[in-house]
Parts: sequence; C-alpha cells; structure tokens
Amino acid sequence: MNKMVFSGFGGQGILVLAEVVATLAMKKGNHVTWMPSYGAEMRGGTANCAVITSDRIIGSPLVQSNIDILVAMNQPSVDKFLPKVRAGGLVLVNASIVTEDVQARRTDVDVLAIDATNIAVDIGNLRVANMVMLAGFLKKTDLFTLDDITDVLHERFAGARSKDLIPLNVQAIERGLM
Amino acid sequence: MSEANTTAKRGSVVGVSPAEWRGLGQHPILMKGNEAIAEAAIQAGCKAFFGYPITPQNEVPEYMSAHMERRAQETGGAQGGVFVQAESEVAAINMCYGAAATGARVMTSSSSPGMALKQEGISYMSGADLPVFMVNVSRCGPGLGGILPAQGDYFMATRGGGNGDYRTPVYAPAYIQEAADLTFHAFDVAEKYRTPVMMLIDGMLGQMMEPVEIKPRPPIAADKSWCTDGDTSNRKPRVINSLSLLGDVLEQQNIERFQKYAQIERECVLVENTVQEGDEIAIVAYGVPARIAQNAIEELAAKGIRAGLVRPITLWPFPYDTFQQLPASVKNILVIELSMGQMVEDVKLGVNGTRPVHFHGRSGGMVFEPAEIADKVREIISTSSKGDL
Amino acid sequence: MAAKIIYEKSRGLTDASFHYCPGCSHGTIHKLVAESLVELDILERTISIAPVGCAVLAYNYFNCDGIQAAHGRAPAVATGVKRVQPDKIVFAYQGDGDLASIGTAEIIHAAHRGENITVIFVNNAIYGMTGGQMAPTTLINQKTTTSPYGRFEETTGKPLLVSEMMATIPGATYIERVSVHDHAHILRAKRAIKKAFEYQVAGKGFAMIEILAACPIGWGLSPVDSMAFIKDAMVPYYPLGLYCDRAAQGGAQ
Repeated sequence: MNKMVFSGFGGQGILVLAEVVATLAMKKGNHVTWMPSYGAEMRGGTANCAVITSDRIIGSPLVQSNIDILVAMNQPSVDKFLPKVRAGGLVLVNASIVTEDVQARRTDVDVLAIDATNIAVDIGNLRVANMVMLAGFLKKTDLFTLDDITDVLHERFAGARSKDLIPLNVQAIERGLM
Repeated sequence: MSEANTTAKRGSVVGVSPAEWRGLGQHPILMKGNEAIAEAAIQAGCKAFFGYPITPQNEVPEYMSAHMERRAQETGGAQGGVFVQAESEVAAINMCYGAAATGARVMTSSSSPGMALKQEGISYMSGADLPVFMVNVSRCGPGLGGILPAQGDYFMATRGGGNGDYRTPVYAPAYIQEAADLTFHAFDVAEKYRTPVMMLIDGMLGQMMEPVEIKPRPPIAADKSWCTDGDTSNRKPRVINSLSLLGDVLEQQNIERFQKYAQIERECVLVENTVQEGDEIAIVAYGVPARIAQNAIEELAAKGIRAGLVRPITLWPFPYDTFQQLPASVKNILVIELSMGQMVEDVKLGVNGTRPVHFHGRSGGMVFEPAEIADKVREIISTSSKGDL
Repeated sequence: MAAKIIYEKSRGLTDASFHYCPGCSHGTIHKLVAESLVELDILERTISIAPVGCAVLAYNYFNCDGIQAAHGRAPAVATGVKRVQPDKIVFAYQGDGDLASIGTAEIIHAAHRGENITVIFVNNAIYGMTGGQMAPTTLINQKTTTSPYGRFEETTGKPLLVSEMMATIPGATYIERVSVHDHAHILRAKRAIKKAFEYQVAGKGFAMIEILAACPIGWGLSPVDSMAFIKDAMVPYYPLGLYCDRAAQGGAQ
C-alpha cells in the first residue's frame, strides 16, 4: 500500500497529477482512491489531494498521517505535510519554488528536489510543471514506467486538438529525468 | 479487509452483493462518486434530471447537462433524455413530481440545505405514490453550515423529512462501485414500490475517485397503469394527487401505504456485517466512516483486540435484526457518525438494551482518524464503561 | 319539428358537480377551458395541473388526465410533464395566492425558460379557499380577513400587476388579461384561452391568460354585485387587453 499526498497552489495541476498517478496504479491492477480537498480551498488557495494505492480493498480514503510519498509543489505544502511523512518516506519537492533545504529539516526521509516550474517555463508551458514531477516517481520508485505514462497520456488527450499536448508532456517528464 | 467473513442480507428486488461491489471490475475507469452515480443513472434509464447548483453535488447536474440530451441523440432515445436546471430545489423536485406522474424514470440531486427545500415535493410524491431517485451529497450544518462532509441529515432522510406519515428508502454506499450499483437498484426499488428513494452520501464519496465499472442491467418491469401520460383516447382520465379531505379515506390510504412500507422493511434491508464469534466489540458506521472504522479494526487486530463492523447499507429500512443476532462475545457496541448522534438512536432500538451502546461523533466537517476510533474502543474495553442501555 | 340541441355541457368537463360557491367564476372559466380543448381536438392528449386553492379539485372536472400540484408549484410540475411528454398539451390552472404569491418563482421561471405550456391565471383579488385572506392582488382599501380595516399601501404595497410583469419576460410568448364579468367579456376570454392553447399546439411557447374573476363569498357581495365590483373596481386597476404576443411579432425573444 502507498499513501500519497499531492499538494500545491491551486492552478499548479495538483489534482490532474494525482489523477494520472492514480490511473497508472489502477492500470497495474491496484485498488485506488483519489481524494481531493474540495471546496473553497480550490479557488486560488492551496490544493491537495490524497491518493492511496493498494492490492487490497482500501478503507479510509483519507491520508492523515504516515505519508509514504509527498509531492510538494510549494512551501506551504512542505510546511503542512512534511511532518506527516513516515520515516523512510519519499518527498518530491518543486525546487523552483521551495528554496528551503527540505532534506535538512527531515533527515529520515528521502528528498528529491526537481526544478519543475523552471523546466516547464523553459519548454514553453508553465502548466506542465506538474508533469515534470512525475520524473521523481520514475527515478525513485518502480510504480510505473515512462511507457505506462505515455499510454495514459494518449488516453487522456485522445481528442484531436489536445493530442498536441502529448509530446509536450512527455518532454516535460524527460527534462525532469535529466 | 477480509472478504470471507462478509455477510450481507440480499434485497429481494434485485440480487446485490456488497462483496461484489468492492471487487475490481474487468475494465474499471477512475470516476468521481458524483459522476459515477450520474452515469449509472443514465444507464439505468433515467429520462429526466431536474436539479439546482449546490456544493458538493455539482458534478451530478454538470454531468447530466453534458450527457442526458447528447446520449438521447446518440442512442436514438434508448438512453438519456431531459436535463433542466431549475430555478430552485423546490422547483426541481416539483418538476420531478410532474415528470414522474407521466411514468418516466426521474432523478434529482442536491446537498443538505437543498434537500431540506425539497421536502415539500418529497412529501407530495410520497403521498401521490410517485417514484423518484434522489441523491443527497450531504454537507455539514445546520443552516448554511459548510461544505465539508457530515452525516447530520440522517434524521431528515430516514424519518420522512417532510410533513405527514411517510418513509423513504435510503441507501448509504461506502464505495463508489457500490454507489453505482445501488443507483440501478434504487431506480428499481422506487418503481416497484412507487416511492421516492434517496441515496445519502457525504461529500467525500461524491468528490473522491475510485476505479468503477458501470454494469448496466435492464430495469424491472414495473406496472405503469396508474400514470397520467395524457393519452385518454382509449381509457378514462386518471388523477395523480395527494389530496384526501375525508378522514376515513385518507386513513385507509395511509394504512395501505404503511403495508407497503412493511413490505419494504421485509424485502429491502441491506447490511454488511463482519462481526464474528470472538469479537469483543461491534463498531457501527455507514458510508465513508465505515471505511475509517475498518482501518481502526485492523489497527486493533494488530494489537490483539478483536472488533467487527456492522455497516447499514439501507438506513431505512434499518437492519434492526442484525443487532439481535450478534455473537455473545460482543459485550459493547460503538456507533461512530459524522454527526452529534443520529443513527445511534436506531442502533439502540436494534440492540434493545442487550448491550451498552457507546457513541463517538465528529461534526462541522471534522473527520475522525482510525487511531481516534481505536482509542475509543480501547477506552470502552479498559474501563468497562457503562454506555447507554 | 324535431327537437334540436342548441346548448349542452362540454364533453371537456366530467359529470361531477362543481363544489364552487354560488356566483364564483371558476365554473365559467372551467367551461371556457373545456370548450377550447374540445374545439381544438386536444382533450384526449391534455394533462391538467391543479393548484392549491379553490380549484384544487379541478382534476375532478376536466375530462382529461390531471395532476394536483403543491401550492404555487404548478408551473414547475407542468414543466416536468411537458419536458418528458412534449407532444401532449399541458396547462396549469392557478389562482392569485398560488401564482402571484407563493409561486412567483415558478411562474416567472417557467416563462423565462419559454416552456411550451398554457397557464390559466384566475385573479379574484383574494384567498378564497382559506377563507378570504389578503392576496398580493387585493385592491387598496379592500377588506379581507387579514386586512380587516382595508388593505393599506403603506404596509402591504400596491396590488401586483402580474400580466404587466410577465410581459416583461423575454421568454414569454403570449400574455393577455381578460374578464368574465359579462357575456361580451366571457366571449373575449374564450378567444384568448383558445388562442393560448393554439399557440401551445403550434409549439410557440409560454402563454398566460389572466382572468379577472369573482369571489362573492370572500368579498361579502352578492353574485350580481360581484360582477359590478369586477367592472367598476378591478378593471380600472387591472386594465384588460393584450400585454404581449411575441409569436405575432416573430416569436419570443
């Protein structure tokens, strides 16, 4: 079982990133829950989403403690959720925005800093910063492969117009892997 | 969670199995609870949806607005139909009343304050014996309250809610697959017994996503010889109403309606019961809190404390009998709700003084953690707390 | 010379006896509606929506399918019926408490959506069924059981001009105010009611006919004096005539 939290500013694509990860886990035959913090927080504030993947039926869909994987896209997300990551857990940090040395604050977790927002801007679309973070999963876990991701992207962007977004998203992930 | 020890009463209308609901389908897709219910409703033959925006149920009318008329075009009318955004919840339920009177499968959805407004129409539809499928994606209250999850609408849902003598069957799924499957079931129950039927979920189940497979099945063949579809070329005019000014006539109508309710109580109770001989305590919860309880039960098991879960799936009719059949090892009952305590009253009726009934509730949108439930269980067991008899 | 029938009860009405009070206008208006349904050959595909008010039992009188609605909600019920039975003829029959007070949201939004239904709005300036209380349409200084010293503008406002208000709604196709206080006006009322149903048959959209009507018991007047009250007190405040006909002008905007 993996308990994950994705967190960042509204508009950073947190919910979509969490949905892509949940979809990837589902396609591997896992039980999955995707649980957003819904409501007023959606409008411009901090958005977060809990994803649980398991080979068994999932009880509570909430992730209130013992986080296995935290994806933190901004500083408030680090402040709120870093203390709740279990010892030995994985923390993926958007280093473009979070300048703090997160590893220094929690020496008992595995921190990977990814320059997500800068990479996204560099390849021409700020909105793919969320996809750059997927590179962290590829580097640090064996949950899914780049091929798995492209399969899901093809399903997600099946429409004629949105098809152009697939290469951009793949490029974002590949840049994150560099 | 172990599936082997799951027992469930089967509704006699359509065979349904909670164990099946919790399995993964062959080709699951990730869907929000609200969207899965909406899609299941369309595939269940819903011909008209009338609603009004309110958080956290908005995905239901949004989904219906996107799909009802388009699906009707795509399928030549085999699926889909009408979507109307009404001027209020009051108007929406009264549109349901009109459309249902013609024999169409109709649906509305709302959230707590909106469901309160719909009570007028629900009472009228109960009095006129009209079927409708209603979804309450409930939020915390009273008043405007907030949009966070809560279970404070239990009384409103299970006690009739509006004026007069009536009840409405209430389904409380805990899983999105279960919500989708129960949607088909609820439409059938509504038509078979000619009654409004409610699905009561909280914002968590409405907003979260899980893998789900919509499993369509043909609707039951229901008698429609009562409906006012307007075609009187070959029959006498019919009337749909709830007005009855003569006391003896209305009393007889109510007696007959309660005979129908007694039949529903015999035929439609659904409950998941994982309590086994040797369990010290039974935790009672419905909806997503039952899943949180399941985590607590696993935590306790790891520490050698045996607890089981009773999860009512129908809130009315309530599975009172289940509490008479608990093994002798169960010394205490703990009811957990996201409210100040509502279902606990039904549990006490079911337990009927045979064991202490304890309560732990959170309110205002606060949600208990598994550890909080486990702590409460340990407290009950260690202090042999009396609870309420 | 063989006997010749020169008048008979419309087969658009059942044989049930009206429960209405002597001098009440509902009977006359029921007849005009029933005749229109028969003359247009739509009775066998019509569904009536009865209000809460004196006409609550209207489903017993109209010889077609009938649905009884909650107070003020007849236009919402009619919407639900018409949307799933678009080939049927649907009319809501409402009084002034029902339509102009508790049901303002429903009537305005049925018109706003341009529902292809017909609304028969009976304005007798009082709540008849509940025993003669003040309505939004009660005239200034008119005494009712809840305005026992007369209606005061200072605290209860001026009588609501429903047809004028409804005509401002872009989705409304046809709005007309008529009266049934004498034979000539009854004939004019019939023409308006029939036209409203013709519009629905042709799919032209929302129509409401406001009918000034008598409530002798509620008013405390004889039936004859009640007709004079309509003519002398109501018509001057509620001008008769066509308020909008957007079909004639090329359809609702």
